[in-house]
Amino acid sequence: MYSLKVPDAGTKPSAGPALVTVEIDGTLIAVPEGTSVMRAATEAGVRIPKLCATEMLEAFGSCRLCLVEIDGRKGYPASCTTLVAPGMKVKTQTPKLAELRRGVMELYISDHPLDCLTCSANGNCELQEMAGVVGLRQVRYGYEGLNHLKAKKDSSNPYFTLDPAKCIVCSRCVRACEEVQGTFALTIDGRGFASLVATGTNDFMSSECVSCGACVQACPTATLVEKTIEDKGQPDHVVNTICAYCGVGCGFRAEMKGSEVVRMVPEKDSKSNEGHSCVKGRFAWGYATHPDRVKTPLIRKSIHDPWQPVSWEVAMAHAASEVKRIQAAYGRGAVGGITSSRCTNEETWLVQKLIRAGFGNNNVDTCARVCHSPTGYGLKVTLGESAGTQDFISVEDADVIIVIGANPTEGHPVFGSRLKKRLREGAQLIVVDPRATDLVRSPHIEAKYHLQLRPGTNVAVANALAHVIVTEGLADDAFARARCEVGDYENWRTFVSEARNSPEATESITGVPAAAIRGAARLYATAKNGAIYYGLGVTEHSQGSTMVMAIANLAMATGNVGRPGVGVNPLRGQNNVQGSCDMGSFPHELPGYRHVSDPAVRAAFETNWAVNLDPEPGLRLPNMLDAALDGSFKAIYIQGEDPAQSDPDLHHVHAALSAMECVIVQDLFLNETAKFAHVFFPGSSFLEKDGTFTNAERRIGRVRKVMPPLAGKADWEVTVAFAKALGYEMDYAHPSDIMDEIAGLMPTFTGVSYEKLERLGSIQWPCNDAAPEGTPIMHIERFVRGKGKFALTEYVATDERSTDRFPLLLTTGRVLSQYNVGAQTRRTHNSQWHPEDVLEIHPHDAEQRGIKHGDLVVVASRKGDTRLHADVTERVAPGVVYTTFHHPESGANLVTTDYSDWATNCPEYKVTAVQVRLARAAERAESAAAAAGK
Amino acid sequence: MNTDKLVRMANQIGAFFATEPDHAVAVESVTSHIRRMWEPRMRAGLLAHVAETGGAGLSPLVLEAVTANRERLASLTPRNPT
Repeated sequence: MYSLKVPDAGTKPSAGPALVTVEIDGTLIAVPEGTSVMRAATEAGVRIPKLCATEMLEAFGSCRLCLVEIDGRKGYPASCTTLVAPGMKVKTQTPKLAELRRGVMELYISDHPLDCLTCSANGNCELQEMAGVVGLRQVRYGYEGLNHLKAKKDSSNPYFTLDPAKCIVCSRCVRACEEVQGTFALTIDGRGFASLVATGTNDFMSSECVSCGACVQACPTATLVEKTIEDKGQPDHVVNTICAYCGVGCGFRAEMKGSEVVRMVPEKDSKSNEGHSCVKGRFAWGYATHPDRVKTPLIRKSIHDPWQPVSWEVAMAHAASEVKRIQAAYGRGAVGGITSSRCTNEETWLVQKLIRAGFGNNNVDTCARVCHSPTGYGLKVTLGESAGTQDFISVEDADVIIVIGANPTEGHPVFGSRLKKRLREGAQLIVVDPRATDLVRSPHIEAKYHLQLRPGTNVAVANALAHVIVTEGLADDAFARARCEVGDYENWRTFVSEARNSPEATESITGVPAAAIRGAARLYATAKNGAIYYGLGVTEHSQGSTMVMAIANLAMATGNVGRPGVGVNPLRGQNNVQGSCDMGSFPHELPGYRHVSDPAVRAAFETNWAVNLDPEPGLRLPNMLDAALDGSFKAIYIQGEDPAQSDPDLHHVHAALSAMECVIVQDLFLNETAKFAHVFFPGSSFLEKDGTFTNAERRIGRVRKVMPPLAGKADWEVTVAFAKALGYEMDYAHPSDIMDEIAGLMPTFTGVSYEKLERLGSIQWPCNDAAPEGTPIMHIERFVRGKGKFALTEYVATDERSTDRFPLLLTTGRVLSQYNVGAQTRRTHNSQWHPEDVLEIHPHDAEQRGIKHGDLVVVASRKGDTRLHADVTERVAPGVVYTTFHHPESGANLVTTDYSDWATNCPEYKVTAVQVRLARAAERAESAAAAAGK
Repeated sequence: MNTDKLVRMANQIGAFFATEPDHAVAVESVTSHIRRMWEPRMRAGLLAHVAETGGAGLSPLVLEAVTANRERLASLTPRNPT
């Protein structure tokens, strides 16, 4: 449950259109039809005792504490499950009700440990509070009878405990697991007095629990409680902020004691997560104060020398002098920088400004290069804006949902739960993925179609879907002709109608049966509302941008744009990928996705920044690395990214970084890239600074500082100081000043300010005079580009081919408990769930190679090899293997290639031809020794 | 810059626009994409490759685009007056 008394009306609000007036304890109150008596009472200022009711869950009516009397009705109905009716007269306080409630409380307390003073929930326990509310003064039954007071406590989960002795069997935890998270890991085992919360296994850690924390949040006692609360006690104040993990951007209450975080609790009023969380945001924040944090700037002459701790001033002066020296020797274009999608909008803005205005070139890029740059390109070309079309809540109106190359229950878990809830309500699901993700089949969820395509054939599948839609007359011609460029639409219709794009013709390419393609296309095209969600399985291909455009084509052709329940929805990887792109992190675009060659756009920035800007596009990150190897690129400033682990073809990346004369890394930890660095600026975590993040639904939210920066400077202050050392002054007293500058220069942000963010909570851009409170859904009346553009999306096979020598296709992904390169999550207890990356291989392929589950295997590609333990599973199809890249030791990117998307150079992480063999005895011994050494 | 990589990237761009039914639009699209997305030293590398080898390895569409628009690809956008 929430600490510090967050109001809870007991049941969810009703969206009923009509108002119903009722009388509660003599007070008249009008509430929407469908509202519970309990909620109506709360809104009338009347508090009804409750234990099993909470507004995060559906009403249950089991605790019998919220009984009321209603004129004209027999008995004492539960106010949580009784809905208001016109003219209803309710009494919440009568002598009989008081007697009944005290009787109920006596029964609860007769089987509850009376250790309130030493209980971790002391001061924040609903049972304790209700005992006071009902005036409990005695327990007539005594404590000597049968009870659960010696029931064994389950401490197996690293983050919370389950103490059955304190359980009142209200089922809030079980219901939270079902209704909110959708995992169904908990149940009430037994009947009557024997009832107990159970996981179905011996303990939490061995169960299907995903540690989202919903059960802990729902618990009204100390039965389920965070270990940090047990250790540190209750918090004394709260600061609202945003999670720094994935692109869902969940709002959190940082519950604090002084400057120490006691726990993070999801904020129920946050529109991105509506009170839900995942194991990362809820629990895995301990990295922020991990002993590995670097708190002092470091410099060294050579990457083979030891680091020298220095003052900020010395580090800044050294870094600036190196940049100046290199530019004097090799030219202005010999330096560049990388912004971070883990940093705030304001910090990203400053880094690109430093590079454009301070370095004097456009050699700025961001980690979106290696994840969603094709989204930016493809959606800009087709729809006119480099962003998703919807808000997250839109999924509640979707009838058919296509998930392509995304695994939201692992990568975007809070949205994944929202999606699963809609599926349980009856929406139909189509999954397009080489791997059988949890969405394909899990409790109460089953995809109608799983198009299990061969890696690298997305575009062929999309074209085949389009072929069916057009040739079977399922397209929304009226929408397409009214809203889109008609000539392009006609060209596209002709193109996709060609026989070579039919499901029957593409079956041999994609491996997807034609009948499944036809069925899926009909299902999507005939839906009242069809929505497409996609992830890196779309973008990280040599045809990533083509596939993004193919998705936009499908949505436009079926009229699935511009209203709730539809749209094109990229699930962004890192928390601020959308924001970092918006803020001008691409080398060819100034902030707001405006090309650097536009003199009017440049002029606005030049006036504000008092510099003359380079009108030519700069180098992208892969181009910078190539230029480093040819000797024309010599220095790089990398804020909050780790290309030496996260980027493909690591031998190439390492060689390029080694060839540079000055690598400046700014990060929380000495990451893999820092091994190649000459200057290290200690970074600050999201808890140590103010700013904003923009999530996957274009939602700008406030990040709030809850503790001082461990190294003395927030990241934005580091960039300001670096710019000053270079001779370029930046004058900001607070990140809000930076946002004011952003609002003055970006047409989509003109209405954004910290004051408005405080008032509204969050804002979805565009936010300007036309949309002063933001834009939840885009392209409603017209596309941002005017008319939607259908692009011709010819399928082109990747150059990365499987052969006799490399017969398997390796694809990569993420797991729930780890995040990206793992720099944060590996420094938390989350590694208990995923201590190493493993290789998923189909039983058929494993058997052919003599590989058994758990064996150490060697994975070799044309680029390199690595060793992983085998997970023999039918999740992957024959011919496909799969791994993650959360641990540097596993070296997944030692085998990935430098093939990339044609439009953006986004790497083709998702397709690498490999061979897999059983590791030899010497290799096993070597790996075992390395693991022991670690 | 690595010439092989530049050739491969250019051919990928050509492969996307090759489906365009209007050939003139395809040529312009290839040219415009390279002009707007590639940093000058990358464009110079591609042009040098064409000058030295006649465009070895380039697809006909890309070679046509580069050859027909050599000056545009080589030119630099003028800075705004200070």
